[in-house]
Amino acid sequence: METRRDIFQAIADPTRRAIITLIALHAMTPNALAEHFNTSRQAVSKHIKILAECDLVKQEQQGREIYYSLELEKMKEIDQWINQFRQIWEARYNQLNALLSNMKKQKK
Amino acid sequence: MSNHSLFDFAVDKSTKTVTIDMEFDADPSLVWDAFTKAELLDQWYAPKPLVSKTKYMDFRVGGRRFYAMVTPDGQERWALQTYTAITPKTHFKLFNVFADKDENPDPYGSDWDLHFAAKDGKTIVHISIYNESLERLESVLEGFKTGMTMTYGNLKELLQTLSGK
Repeated sequence: METRRDIFQAIADPTRRAIITLIALHAMTPNALAEHFNTSRQAVSKHIKILAECDLVKQEQQGREIYYSLELEKMKEIDQWINQFRQIWEARYNQLNALLSNMKKQKK
Repeated sequence: MSNHSLFDFAVDKSTKTVTIDMEFDADPSLVWDAFTKAELLDQWYAPKPLVSKTKYMDFRVGGRRFYAMVTPDGQERWALQTYTAITPKTHFKLFNVFADKDENPDPYGSDWDLHFAAKDGKTIVHISIYNESLERLESVLEGFKTGMTMTYGNLKELLQTLSGK
């Protein structure tokens, strides 16, 4: 697979899920985000960094503050993931169908 | 080749379950073998051009199948399947988890439930897969549902896909 972190790794953690949910509502500063969690600001920053590495979070400088918001395009990966899963099973179905008809021929 | 009434794939958001229904024009015993014998599994399990390579398979309760999907350039994606229940010829369950080449599993996996039934000389296979990672996806999607419906046009479509319609 890819060496870059993927979206599924990013959302495996409950804190990161909560961060995503918060910034899905509106862009937030790291301080505002940290207020929602009992962990340290550093811990929250670390989670944001991981989300940013997955391209799930983008940052914008507004005056002296940095605002984090969600990268919407990235969500399409989930859609693609489900589609891929379907395609895998459809391929398996077709291949097993072919195998079974071969096995039946050989038996006769 | 693709007769859609014989293959059905659905994602049920509420139960975090993917269901796959398949019908085969073959005896249940043949279909059962295709799912439970390594040399047969390897012939259909990997979507082409990938190849399925089973390192070992011990089909009994508590036994495991350790296999890889191999890409044309030789990259291996390993997975471990542990059989958790078996009723010969009609039903078995397994826990599926991705792993590294040394059999160290990922923290999250999925529970598979496979049923085999005879119908007019054909075999109906019903598979349901409870997927932890789907559940993790779901919590994110709920956040989107409340926050983003107005701005994210694809979400509606995405949720429809997830609910299976």
